[in-house]
Amino acid sequence: MTADLHELEQRASAELAQVSDLQALEQWRLRYLGKKGEVTLAVRSVGQLPPAERPAYGKLANEVKGRLEAAYEARLEVLKQEEVERALRAAAVDVTLPGRRPAVGRLHPSTQTLREIYHIFTQMGFQIYRSREVETDEYNFELLNMPPHHPARDMWDTFYINKDVVMRTHTSPGQIHVMRAYYPEPIRAILPGKCYRYEQVTVRSEHMFHQVEGLAVGKHITMADLKGTMIHFARQMFGPERKLRFRCSHFPFTEPSVEVDMDCILCGGKGCSLCKHTGWLEIAGAGMVHPVVLRNGGYDPNEWSGFAFGMGIERIAMLKNHIEDIRYFFSNDLRFLGQFH
Amino acid sequence: MRVPLSWLKEYVDIGDISVDELAERLTLAGLEVVGIERIGDWWDRDKIFVGQIVRVDPHPNADRLTLPTVEYGGPEPITVVTGAPNIRVGDVGQKVALALAGAVLIDGYSEDRRKTVLKPTKIRGVRSAGMVCSERELGLSDSHEGILILPDDAPVGMPLADYLGDVVFDLDLTPNLARCFSIIGVAREVAALLGRPLKVEEPTMEATGPSIEGQIDLEIADPDLCARYTAALIKGVKIGPSPWWMQRRLTLAGMRPINNIVDITNYVMLEWGQPLHAFDYHVLRPRPGKTHPPAIIVRRARPGEKMTTLDGVERQLNEDMLLICDGAGPVAIAGVMGGLESEVTEQTTDILLESANFDAINNRRTAQVLRMNTEASARFGRGIAPSMTVRAARRAAQLMRELAGGEIAQGLADLYPRPQQTVGVTFTTAEVERILGVRMSVDEIVDILRRLEFQCRVEGETIHAAVPDHRLDVRIPADIMEELARIYGYDRIPSTLLADELPPQRRFHQLETEEFIRDVLAGCGLQEVITYSLTSLEVEGRLYPEGESPRPADYIRLANPLTSEREYLRRSLKAGLLATAAANLRHTPQVSIFEIGAVFEPVEGELLPREPMRLAMAMAGPRQPLAWHTPAPENMDFFDLKGVIEVLMERLGLDEAAYEPAQEMPFLPGRAAVVRIGEDVAGIFGEVHPLVKERFELPSVPVCLAEFNLDLLVRSAKRTPYVESLPRYPGVAEDIAVVVDREVPAEQVRKAIMEAGAPLLRRADLFDVYQGPQIPENKKNLAFSLLYQAPDRTLTDEEVRRYHQRIVQHLEKTLGATLRA
Repeated sequence: MTADLHELEQRASAELAQVSDLQALEQWRLRYLGKKGEVTLAVRSVGQLPPAERPAYGKLANEVKGRLEAAYEARLEVLKQEEVERALRAAAVDVTLPGRRPAVGRLHPSTQTLREIYHIFTQMGFQIYRSREVETDEYNFELLNMPPHHPARDMWDTFYINKDVVMRTHTSPGQIHVMRAYYPEPIRAILPGKCYRYEQVTVRSEHMFHQVEGLAVGKHITMADLKGTMIHFARQMFGPERKLRFRCSHFPFTEPSVEVDMDCILCGGKGCSLCKHTGWLEIAGAGMVHPVVLRNGGYDPNEWSGFAFGMGIERIAMLKNHIEDIRYFFSNDLRFLGQFH
Repeated sequence: MRVPLSWLKEYVDIGDISVDELAERLTLAGLEVVGIERIGDWWDRDKIFVGQIVRVDPHPNADRLTLPTVEYGGPEPITVVTGAPNIRVGDVGQKVALALAGAVLIDGYSEDRRKTVLKPTKIRGVRSAGMVCSERELGLSDSHEGILILPDDAPVGMPLADYLGDVVFDLDLTPNLARCFSIIGVAREVAALLGRPLKVEEPTMEATGPSIEGQIDLEIADPDLCARYTAALIKGVKIGPSPWWMQRRLTLAGMRPINNIVDITNYVMLEWGQPLHAFDYHVLRPRPGKTHPPAIIVRRARPGEKMTTLDGVERQLNEDMLLICDGAGPVAIAGVMGGLESEVTEQTTDILLESANFDAINNRRTAQVLRMNTEASARFGRGIAPSMTVRAARRAAQLMRELAGGEIAQGLADLYPRPQQTVGVTFTTAEVERILGVRMSVDEIVDILRRLEFQCRVEGETIHAAVPDHRLDVRIPADIMEELARIYGYDRIPSTLLADELPPQRRFHQLETEEFIRDVLAGCGLQEVITYSLTSLEVEGRLYPEGESPRPADYIRLANPLTSEREYLRRSLKAGLLATAAANLRHTPQVSIFEIGAVFEPVEGELLPREPMRLAMAMAGPRQPLAWHTPAPENMDFFDLKGVIEVLMERLGLDEAAYEPAQEMPFLPGRAAVVRIGEDVAGIFGEVHPLVKERFELPSVPVCLAEFNLDLLVRSAKRTPYVESLPRYPGVAEDIAVVVDREVPAEQVRKAIMEAGAPLLRRADLFDVYQGPQIPENKKNLAFSLLYQAPDRTLTDEEVRRYHQRIVQHLEKTLGATLRA
């Protein structure tokens, strides 16, 4: 009988070694260790033996059962581990596959540039003020110290609606609007918006563009403040190393008038094609508000003074983002617009 | 304005300042140098000289070639071979430009003006040790017909670079710099900038002929347009070419030499800035009924008057234009161009020289109307001091005596009905500091102004400055501030940050909301675009393929459009957005875009249009991009755009937004809706009608379009939400499925549910819409997921059942709905 037990253990062990998944293992367990399993039955069969053989057989049978149970537990552990690993392997992904992207929208580069400018100037206490795009000749020219047929009117090629109404050629009419709205308060305002010029559309010029005008009016505002404000702006916008120069110029609505030049961001002033080999880039026209304009806005020029500046948004964006063609802005090709963050 | 440095140096000593530094100083002072042309800066001083021909021999082997021997200051003259037609055997004495072997020259036969090194060669068997050069080989012009012949007084042996080399500044002058439209004007600026004296003498003329008195009948009939008319009479001139030096200067300054008389008038204009005109004295006619003297009458043109100008064009004149007339009719358009009849010709012997002052605005307007931007009108149109006429007349008359052999009549005819007044400007040092932000001493201020030829009188801290007569642009203290700043130097003015009182700060809610909307839409995956405000009625009309075309009266039209595509101001953003979508869909499968911008609506009886702000969106193409996980994405439709609109309304706090079917172009009937906020229509959206898509050349996929009244959205938006506390007790979820008539809008059912379920029913979300088998025809099944919740307790099953029952009964009663089993 003990020989049977040895044979049983050998057979069960050999089969167990062949078991390769949990399902087969369960079948093995049922066959040998289940309620009606061969080993269980063999242990139970001890009662049928002669009493003398019982102790030896019983001991051996229990030993066999114990060993097979232990072997089973060990095998179970291994197979479970293998199962987990197989599941993980099956679930692994190619991490280089593209992800599922939510739809992404962006703002137009002119809007993004305007926002940067808003941030810089609002931190200095400037407020945003908007005015209309179709203007009277009076606001666009006359109140800005350009009576009819003033030679300076040639500086702006103008779209006319009729002899009294124009597409504004600059944001400067906003100076009069904001002064008339806020008098007698001091003013720090920036005036953004679309402007229009009778110009052939080329790589460098558009018939429509955005401008931001700046205006500060107060009792103690000087050319030195204008310089400081423009330097602060340029360094915030283009980097702390930027240098500016102020060059005498002429605008009918400012006196004195200056052009604000920044050292070339591409060559650092050495001269390149971007700066037309001058080392400088024009970024704004500016000056002290002309006494006639202050008076037209309601402010007594003997008591008040102010500065104003104006810059082209697309030009600023072109410099900053190395854009070569101004026509990209309003042709709205998504392959262009999609390049902005 | 082109300014040759050699000419400039005649009036001001620039010392050892380099060309670049001078250009920089001029630019910073407002005379922007936009170009520097360096003539001959590459000519080798050791190899290219002024030479003189000592002998010209024939070439033994070629008829067309000659062998000039040239003296150039070297150890001995050299012989070269040339084919120049203006050198002939036997010539002696001409001054030429001689290049020795090794000199770099432009290859006269190359298209691209390539430079080459001159090598000693043999030409038809004769050795040539150098070359006599053409203007083209020296880079002076394209002329290659013959060699350059220099003036007789050219110093032999001088390096050509020293003799002919020059620098020409190209100045871009702003309108206020009328005074710098002359070499002396620029020299005056340079003198002030460098603090050096201006070397200009008051012109004089040697008048030896009989007095001008009685020889010209001068009248200014319209003194409002002619402040002064000065004339000189020069008799017995001989017309011929002007001298080489004058031609050279005119050429460098950008003018073409014509003959000595015309060249002198141009030369003096360039020198002093005063345009002149030379009439043939004998062509000028006396007044009717008289035989002598010739008359000059300055008057406005008469209705219908015409004249033919120097360029041979007949000009139609109007009554605003000022004419110079003789006794019989117009002989010049004042300050613009002379007439063909009285032009100086080869036969002319006697010259009436006009040096006058015309009204700037009137002159400019005339030049614009006639489209005649001449050198004269460029100067008159910017304003010239009347004091200039006499100087320029004397200077030109004297040159005509010296260079054309004329005799000058004594005296000038000079009518000066409106003498120039001297302008005085009074200001204080405190004013300088108030405007410029820098403290300048009285001495500093006075020094700067005196350099600019202002006469200053000082009383303590107050300065009375008399403006020099050539400065028509300085009238008020602010003008003085500019003069001080630019001469003092903007780089020396400090930089300060605004220390003045901070103005009251106000928020700009309209802009803030607009920017918020931009962010919301970008967050929904839409790209912002900005399209042109200017459009055409043809493009607008594409929105209405069947109905009436747009009425021009509804649009603002430009009086001077650039092109017919940009002639009208848009009234909506729709067409611009569809055109943008169409353009992109040619190369991109998917487009989701929006725009915020003004549109323009004329208002009856008002000068200016209304400029309401609009928001528009367009979406078309696959919902997701084609990808490994989405191999067959579906196209977007009505509900994709509606989803974006719902998110926008929610983010704007506009819970009351309601959607109603719409039927109007350019939308597809049955797939379009208006959005109402209360009583107002806030916008319209839907899928675009196929006929409209065809007109915009859009592809066959559904194209969704929306346009909103942005001002209404901004006005209605509730940007500050009222926040409810989070529920503390659990809710109970139930589903309900009802069958209703197909026409009943789902929103009506949902509202009925919410009404009946109040206040415990918190949500009713539609999750299924079914039509088909098991449902009667003309009916549909709507399934909602309901959430009941109370703020203060856990609901019992009994309560929920009661509410559910109430909802079912309400739906049966109001909508004839039946509960679906």
